[in-house]
Amino acid sequence: MTTSVITPEEIIKKGTVVFKKTELMTNNTLSYCPGCGHGVAHRLVMEVIEEMGIGEETIGVAPVGCSVLAYDFMNVDMQQAAHGRAPAVATGIKRVYPEKYVFTYQGDGDLAAIGTSETIHACNRGENIVIIFINNGIYGMTGGQMAPTTLAGMKSSTSPYGRSIPTMGYPIKMTELVAHLPGVAYATRQAVHEAKYVRKAKKAIQKAFENQRDLKGTSIVEIVSNCNSGWKMTPVDANKWLEENMLPYFPLGDIKK
Amino acid sequence: MAKVIGAVVIDTEACKGCDICVHACPTDVLKLNDQVNGKGYNPAYPANHAACTGCKICALVCPDMCITVYQYKPDKVA
Repeated sequence: MTTSVITPEEIIKKGTVVFKKTELMTNNTLSYCPGCGHGVAHRLVMEVIEEMGIGEETIGVAPVGCSVLAYDFMNVDMQQAAHGRAPAVATGIKRVYPEKYVFTYQGDGDLAAIGTSETIHACNRGENIVIIFINNGIYGMTGGQMAPTTLAGMKSSTSPYGRSIPTMGYPIKMTELVAHLPGVAYATRQAVHEAKYVRKAKKAIQKAFENQRDLKGTSIVEIVSNCNSGWKMTPVDANKWLEENMLPYFPLGDIKK
Repeated sequence: MAKVIGAVVIDTEACKGCDICVHACPTDVLKLNDQVNGKGYNPAYPANHAACTGCKICALVCPDMCITVYQYKPDKVA
């Protein structure tokens, strides 16, 4: 024990900052529920853009859903698209400004339900954009209705006895689906509920933006997230439930690289 | 080699008291405050600051980006 007692104030004064909020996030308070994975996903996208030094050259497309207000939080140029149409809007932006970096930020109700066709066709055309896909298995904003990604047996406000496979079908695996398309350069699934997954997710998002820089085609990064309000759990329980139930059906890792 | 020590600063008005950082912290530094903030949430605070190593795990999982982490190596910095 050679070190004498040192107060937190001294550490702050003498030490170095090892983590602080990125400049590319605005100071507006996030509109998400406590513990929602959207906040971490927002931060990762913005950190990657800041580290690549492309903040001035990036245009984001916000979806309809909980993250509809992403343009209030992300301090880059943003456009809000009609429900599910973010990949189509991003296609237009990218073709008018081919030198800009374009990304869409969509939830599962947006990308996997009403926007399935736009997503599949944008990926099939190999549009040189990045798609960030937040999958929490539920429609969060409208009150926890069943989404195409809701797990079998999972209760939601429109499947109160649990999702029944014979009548409601299987949860859709969008990332696997589009990974088959030749236009897709990179398809991966990540999570943000624990620090080790957060670090991997950031690397994946970085790779997606690098693919866009190198003109490789569409990159889709799915992030398995929580919806503790919709799942009716505490944030900590929701993250545990995610690990035990979501990850076996939606396994993490690169699907195409 | 001297032990690395850390400190966290939490923006209590931005914190929504989700408890994720408290469970993520490997050295049990953080706790939720009994006092509520302006929005009525119980914000996290560093209850056991001496145990902090500045590992950033709390900040990485914080959905509201309200944690700033500092690190200090006593023998490195004059």
